[in-house]
Amino acid sequence: MKRTKSNNRIIQWIDVRLPVFSYADHNVIAYPTPKNLSYWWNYGSIAGVILMIMIVTGIFLAMNYQPHTDVAFASVERIVRDVNYGWLLRYLHSNGASMFFLVVYIHMFRGIYYGSYKAPREILWMAGVTIYVVMMATAFMGYVLPWGQMSFWGATVITNLFSAIPYIGDYIVTWVWGGYSIDAPTINRFFVWHYLLPAVILGLVIVHLWALHVHKSSNPLGIDIKTPQDMMPFHPFYTIKDLYGLGLFMIVFMYFVFFQPNFFGEPDNYIPANPMVTPPHIVPEWYFLPFYAILRAIPDKLGGVIVMFSGVLILYVLPWLDTSRVRSATFRPIYKQLFWLFVADCLLLGWLGGKPAEGIYTYLSWGATAYYFGFFMILMPLVGKYEKPKKLPNSIFEEVSKQCRAKED
Amino acid sequence: MVPSNGTPYPVSQRPVNLVWKGIIMVDNTSHTQGEPDGPRRDFLLVSTSTLGAAGVVMAAWPFIHSINPAKDVLALASTEVDLSSVEEGMAITVMWRGKPVFIRHRTVDEIAAAVGVNQDDLRDPQVDTDRVQRSEWLITVGVCTHLGCIPSGQNLGDARGDFGGWYCPCHGSHYDTSGRIRKGPAPFNLTIPPYAFTTDTTIVIG
Repeated sequence: MKRTKSNNRIIQWIDVRLPVFSYADHNVIAYPTPKNLSYWWNYGSIAGVILMIMIVTGIFLAMNYQPHTDVAFASVERIVRDVNYGWLLRYLHSNGASMFFLVVYIHMFRGIYYGSYKAPREILWMAGVTIYVVMMATAFMGYVLPWGQMSFWGATVITNLFSAIPYIGDYIVTWVWGGYSIDAPTINRFFVWHYLLPAVILGLVIVHLWALHVHKSSNPLGIDIKTPQDMMPFHPFYTIKDLYGLGLFMIVFMYFVFFQPNFFGEPDNYIPANPMVTPPHIVPEWYFLPFYAILRAIPDKLGGVIVMFSGVLILYVLPWLDTSRVRSATFRPIYKQLFWLFVADCLLLGWLGGKPAEGIYTYLSWGATAYYFGFFMILMPLVGKYEKPKKLPNSIFEEVSKQCRAKED
Repeated sequence: MVPSNGTPYPVSQRPVNLVWKGIIMVDNTSHTQGEPDGPRRDFLLVSTSTLGAAGVVMAAWPFIHSINPAKDVLALASTEVDLSSVEEGMAITVMWRGKPVFIRHRTVDEIAAAVGVNQDDLRDPQVDTDRVQRSEWLITVGVCTHLGCIPSGQNLGDARGDFGGWYCPCHGSHYDTSGRIRKGPAPFNLTIPPYAFTTDTTIVIG
């Protein structure tokens, strides 16, 4: 029984017993990949790398962090001032969270533009949405741990969302807190969850990749792989492309870590948590702002909470809301414009989430929320049905060859 | 070691030790030696991989170093002790770097016993004068050199072992009035911490 292509006897011996080498060959080295992947396909691997950076920096931060109301704030300051390279670990971790969301958002928009969630990749997409949801929970609880004013009041506001649940809401909030306010039991359990959930994310990433490797990557043309000519081995072509993109991304990441470490943070979070004083202007981290804007756009407590969570959960049913059989927006003239409008709408919601909930901002929030849901629930099903897509190319190979010839001329 | 077209090379055909401008390179892994710029690509691959590996090693250092003692721990690494209230024959224990330090104000008899020992009788030979700065003050780290227990003998009525110094209850090591190991499993004398007399009655340990 010989499964690996290697001629090395030791590798063969191991591979028969534990097929790591043939597995790596199958999934990373000779793994067939569409020839035409653009740089928009880099973000998945970048997200994976950031996850690893977050886990490793998190483990080493946890060795010096104290999850107790009396000392949590001081322990984070001690990490920055006294622990060797603690400032680096902390700023890699805090900016890494922002970078993680940035990369995942680009990854998700890419999926929406190129219809990556369409059959047969629905479960791949849903696993991805689950990763995103768990990421949000993890990020929220991580933000509470430094125990500054924003940590405390952010945690108060977010956990109070559950109080909107009729009848049992208040009990649930008390249960989540482990007391009658955010206090020592809360920070302790948040720390435990914050440490645990990345392992859950890692498991979900495995599911995500497992599903990915069944039908392979989608591609910018959105047409299926038909012949071996449409494909390239992953290594060295996409390993080097992923590494190159990772290098560019790391320049951005490291710029923030070394030169603007508090760019994404709130100055108020350098004031130790005070349960007696709420800061005048509470804002969540930037990656939650669009949903925060949706929450505030709805002038009803329960309604706002439901609509806001729906804004996230609606992503699960995207594969069924999009009725078009053409995957890539490149061939969908109307959807393409609506998509870019949707991107602009998300950015607008993000901007509105950081503004006070008054005057013109309220009206803009209404409009932006309406388009957010209208895009998914009305435009996607209808446009998919009535839009006339452009003619699809016959094969990836044909299209790639055409571009090569065009370049040579 | 599998070429991009997926076909394995027979061992005999695997190219090794290509030389490009005097630089010896290892296996031509991408099977490019037939191409005009094959060796150049190999050079790029080897140099890039080396640089990448060096980068990973350098990136690992902040993580490794972060669990070394932090600056606040190092700042607490010296302890000042006032000896004025320690009468002859008394002993006190102070904390230094998380460990007990034994300070004994030795009596004339104890000093005489420590000085009068034949060096051949010692497992870890050391003369008493090398272990003290002022003969009446014996200052040692109170941690048994066997497996880290704290020997008894600081308080009146404590077991002090067969040599009047300290006795470790864990595995039965006996130390003399100079803190030297005399009997039992411990291999070395009690450690002398770095210290200095800042006045006649004050020392700084560490």
